[in-house]
Amino acid sequence: MAETALQLGIVGAYMLVALAVGVVAYRLTDRSAEDYYLASRTLGTVVLLFTTFATLLSAFTFFGGPNLAFAAGPEWILVMGLMDGIIFAVLWYVIGYKQWLVGKRHGYVTLGEMLGDRFGSTPLRVLVAGVSLVWLFPYVMLQQKGAGQAIVGLTEGAVPFWVGAGGITLFMIAYVAVSGMRGVAWTDTIQGLFMLSLVWLAVAWLLTDIGGAGVATEQMGAANGEFLALGGGLYTPQFIISSAVSIAFGVTMFPQINQRFAAGSKTVLKRTFALWPVLVLLLFVPAFMLGAWAVGLGVEVPQGSNVVPVLLGEFAPTWFAALVIAGAMAAMMSSSDSMLLSGSSYLTRDVYRPLKRAFGSGSSDADDAREALIARVGVVVFATLSFVASLYSPGTLVQIGDTAFSGFAQLTVPVALALYWGGTTRYGMYAGVVGTQVFYVLHVFPVVETLTGLAGLSVALSGTYMGWTPGVVGILLGLLLTVGVSLVTTAAPDENRSVYRVDGVEAD
Amino acid sequence: MTDMRLVRTAGWTVVALLLMALAVPWFLWRDATVAFGLPLWLWWHVGWMVLASVVFAVFARTDWGLGVEEVA
Repeated sequence: MAETALQLGIVGAYMLVALAVGVVAYRLTDRSAEDYYLASRTLGTVVLLFTTFATLLSAFTFFGGPNLAFAAGPEWILVMGLMDGIIFAVLWYVIGYKQWLVGKRHGYVTLGEMLGDRFGSTPLRVLVAGVSLVWLFPYVMLQQKGAGQAIVGLTEGAVPFWVGAGGITLFMIAYVAVSGMRGVAWTDTIQGLFMLSLVWLAVAWLLTDIGGAGVATEQMGAANGEFLALGGGLYTPQFIISSAVSIAFGVTMFPQINQRFAAGSKTVLKRTFALWPVLVLLLFVPAFMLGAWAVGLGVEVPQGSNVVPVLLGEFAPTWFAALVIAGAMAAMMSSSDSMLLSGSSYLTRDVYRPLKRAFGSGSSDADDAREALIARVGVVVFATLSFVASLYSPGTLVQIGDTAFSGFAQLTVPVALALYWGGTTRYGMYAGVVGTQVFYVLHVFPVVETLTGLAGLSVALSGTYMGWTPGVVGILLGLLLTVGVSLVTTAAPDENRSVYRVDGVEAD
Repeated sequence: MTDMRLVRTAGWTVVALLLMALAVPWFLWRDATVAFGLPLWLWWHVGWMVLASVVFAVFARTDWGLGVEEVA
């Protein structure tokens, strides 16, 4: 009991420090939308680097990744390294920097705004925001689920799942409500540094205990020889490439990442870009090796638990295990609050405003207050619903995360075409966005199976196409649909083809 | 776009594709050699990511904006 109190005390104290930072940042925030969502585009290198880092690094990395390495081998390091360190970095330049230039010139805050303006289409704007919010839902849920599991694992069941999941829900709502991008970015920096240090400390602790990396790797190989050999089992070339591509494409379209593209200066963007692969490496190698090494140490992971907390519970003192859980909870919180913040900007700017205009009420100062209220109510409703869903949803953390990433990934090709190819038309965009979403959703949810089942038939969509996942096949389909339909349709009169033409000179 | 910029864009595109293609050491497929406490293929990946960082830094210094900023 005393142990549980100590553990909860450490986790709670850490959360309070993070909240304090948010309140300080709140005091420095003016209330314009550009400041609230983009910190007035003034974040420095370290802060932008870590806010992007901490946002990517969530329960998916901290619990899901090691679990997968524990189950299937350490090759997940390669998948995530290729994905995040290289493919995402290249997209950061090709899509992120372009969006930064365009956004800066025209003052866009969201992706939907940018596309709606270019194609003269409010429905496109609402559509892109809607699709984004749909896939944001499972990813927020993933964090709540991770937090619930973490607390159960830490206290060995003394505190139930819903307390952890519910606690983090309350915390992130409070946080987004008082803070905005500046506060989110500051806590992300603290959390990113904290988490990185903890992971390395955890590795040092473990290896000191068992006699070095050589011993750990040898035991891992003795327990399962497959873990030493590159590839095999789950890790086919198709799986490695599919996962890396669909996650990288998905991350680029994540609302909170997509908005990060706009939050720094050009110099800051350049530095972040160059430091990215090394930062990614510093986190993934130790985190996932912990999971892989655990195989050789005879660690038993109960159903619904995560390997890292269990491992630390056996090889490190209680207070240290609690600290690591606090770091992980902090990571989930920073992921979630960034997501909710960005999600609320999509909701108010791309869904509420166009609807309001469609029903004919004009804008006034009173509307600003109302919009801020809607953003906050939206956050509360969204987070509450995803909390409820987290109590019942099946699937592992990696499965849920991968589903969400692949859903977002379907947007990337149409957006890239819109940014670079003047021949893209409104109908091409509709086809690319709607077509791929329908294709992907049919593969995620058993719609076809259920409908044909009602008709007494047994038809199922393929789970993979020659080893390639539906997420990647959908990306290719998006390319075909957007280009094909754009070629056979002509631009509508209110499309503005030149709006994305930018040079770098004015942007310095 | 001038010819020179076109050549440089093509060159950097090849570099980017190479960085992606060899982040996983496919030539060590099914290899289980261990060196300095970790699988050899993991050391390759570590080195490759550091190389990627250096290449990105060089790009950011020399040709940042290529292919993205339009030249009037």
